[in-house]
Amino acid sequence: MTGPTDQIDQKALPLAVQAPRWHWSPWLIWLIPVVAALIGGTILIQTLLSRGPTVTIFFKNAEGLEAGKTRIKYKEVDIGTVRHIALSEDRKKVVVTAQLLKSADSFLRVDSRFWVVRPRIGAGGISGLGTLLSGSYIGVDAGKSEERQEEFAGLDAPPFVLTGLAGRQFILHADQIGSLDIGAPIYFRHIQVGQVAAYELDANGAGVNLHVFVNAPYDKFVTTGARFWQASGVELSLDASGFKLATESVAAIVSGGISFAEPPDTAPTPPAAVNADFTLYGSRDMAMKHAETVVRKVLLYFDESVRGLSPGAPVDFRGIVIGEVASISLEYDKPRGMFRFPVEINLYPERLASRYRKGVVNLAPDDSPEVLDNLVAHGLRAQLKNGNLLTGQLFVALDFFPHAPAFKIDHSKNPITLATVPGTLEELQAILSRIARRLDKVPVDQIATDLRTALQSLDGTLKGTEKLAKHIDVELVPEVRATLEQVRKTVASADTVLASDAPLQQDLRETLREVSRAAQALRSLTDYLERHPESLVRGKKGTPK
Amino acid sequence: MTDQNATHSPATVAASSLARLTQTPGYCTAASLDLLSCSACGLLCRPARHRSDGDCPRCAARLHSRIPHSVARTWAFLLAAYLLYIPANLLPIMETRSLFGAQSDTIMSGVVFLWVSGSRMLAMIVFVASILVPMFKLLALTVLTLSVQRRSAWQPQHRAWLYRVIEAIGRWSMLDIYVVALMVTLVQINTLARIEAGNGAAAFGAVVVLTILAAKSFDPRLIWDYLGSDNDRAH
Repeated sequence: MTGPTDQIDQKALPLAVQAPRWHWSPWLIWLIPVVAALIGGTILIQTLLSRGPTVTIFFKNAEGLEAGKTRIKYKEVDIGTVRHIALSEDRKKVVVTAQLLKSADSFLRVDSRFWVVRPRIGAGGISGLGTLLSGSYIGVDAGKSEERQEEFAGLDAPPFVLTGLAGRQFILHADQIGSLDIGAPIYFRHIQVGQVAAYELDANGAGVNLHVFVNAPYDKFVTTGARFWQASGVELSLDASGFKLATESVAAIVSGGISFAEPPDTAPTPPAAVNADFTLYGSRDMAMKHAETVVRKVLLYFDESVRGLSPGAPVDFRGIVIGEVASISLEYDKPRGMFRFPVEINLYPERLASRYRKGVVNLAPDDSPEVLDNLVAHGLRAQLKNGNLLTGQLFVALDFFPHAPAFKIDHSKNPITLATVPGTLEELQAILSRIARRLDKVPVDQIATDLRTALQSLDGTLKGTEKLAKHIDVELVPEVRATLEQVRKTVASADTVLASDAPLQQDLRETLREVSRAAQALRSLTDYLERHPESLVRGKKGTPK
Repeated sequence: MTDQNATHSPATVAASSLARLTQTPGYCTAASLDLLSCSACGLLCRPARHRSDGDCPRCAARLHSRIPHSVARTWAFLLAAYLLYIPANLLPIMETRSLFGAQSDTIMSGVVFLWVSGSRMLAMIVFVASILVPMFKLLALTVLTLSVQRRSAWQPQHRAWLYRVIEAIGRWSMLDIYVVALMVTLVQINTLARIEAGNGAAAFGAVVVLTILAAKSFDPRLIWDYLGSDNDRAH
């Protein structure tokens, strides 16, 4: 049993120094994990607590977005970071999952909106240039709703109206959107005061609802009586005053716009409430035309054709439009056994209001039927008139016809009926038909038969003439030629007889000279006899010899 | 258990040491002779009376036959390291703010970024040094401490090798901390770019330090103490 231990003299080894020492309790070592757990736990809890909610946003594409880098910003302040970007199951959308800060919990509201801020160049201007350097980020507009939501559909473009912006929103109803788009400007006296925030189709698809936002302090100019119209592009008009071109601004030409104003000559109205409804008219003229709030319906029965008359056609009183045609229909008039055309017109008594103040009687006042009765007694009637001879457009004219048959308005009926007189065109037509009837009486048939007989005899005559001509051609012409030959011969012999050196000529000249001498002698004789008529009896006195 | 010899009288020392020598034939350790070996200068000395510890008479270093409460201390450090390992990996270790936005990176996101951006080699290095090595250290120390606590005689040489590996690679994990520390101090161009250490960096640093401490508290000699020492188990 020998080993290394045997060679060591244990006693020779030095003794360890016994130093007084503080002896830590072995349990104290467990303070370390406890502290670590405390620290780690605190950090973790702190992180978990400061970790806000997760939001899921659906975008059409993830252009410019990057997981872990793209921020969510509200007013340029970071409120979260994009964590994941994935495709939706149907691959139609991009699902962006973002981690928000704890303090950003209030952004998760039903009406919050998210969009990607990228550099954008549009007709309205350039935006998001800063993102060229910093990369795109997701903008957010905090909603005000109490309802919480964690999934959002991202907007394609930044909203033009942010929550909290001072101003008011109104709703415009239009037949169609025209060239308007989100962000289209709203003008008041050519100053941009707002923009189109959103638009949607009516629930039944019958129109478009535009949500417009008018910034403070201009929103107070939107009164209950304000009228909105599309100021899109260029408005060209040619009328009696000349050629007129109207536009709001260059931006409006490109992207369209909306203008509003109060119609002139109206009493001031209070500012409209938030989300008040307005009608969006196609043009300023249309907007101002529809200023009437009082509409008086009147029914007219026309017997004549209403071709050329359409709903919207004006109702004219001596050149002033005081209403328009509302509807045209057709009905069978049993007592008379014929058809007639009931035309319903809308009269706008307000158009006469200003004139009423100046002394002209209101044409169709609700409150004074006797005035209307009076007017009708004086011959107020409706008549169809031709507005445009080329297109045949008709309009309804109200005028006084003192010789029209008597008529009394039945005020118990609604709408009231106003008597009509045949239109000028109708009268013209009646005259024309009278002429036609007279023409009808002309015995055209007999004339035609006679004419035919005459033509037949003429035909026979012409044939005889032809025959005669042929006869002349065949028989008469050689004869004529022979005769002519004969004549030429005769003329030639006559020529020889009549030539100046011919003996006949000589003789004739001699004879004529003799005759002339005889005539001289006769003249001297007659002269003598004239001077000495006695010589006829006494004879010639002897010449003084 | 490290002071099992404290109560032994000198008379019984020889017997017990002989018994041990029969168990590990051919090997004789300071503990087996009830002597103390200074861990600093290697001097062999006898323990003070009725004590298992004392100071080295030559270099005045603390003497102990085995590190006192080695297993308990290792467990404590390990547990602390485990606890901090979670925030170290979940929290960002670095927050970069620049003109082009802010960004915070955890260790894993950094590795993923390096891998995706093509620096696969670098990604591997960071992954090994910052994720694999700490995990490996934690697990290996757990295995070692468990085996010692259970007085297992299983593969002592492999376990000893494992311990040496743990000691050797312990500092590598500080790579990340160095990078973060350097970046934070260097990149402080206020408006253009700024880098800040995140909470994860502190936690990660703590994990590395705690694993080093755990490795230090673990006494590798314990691996050899229980080889077949059935009689000691009763103690």
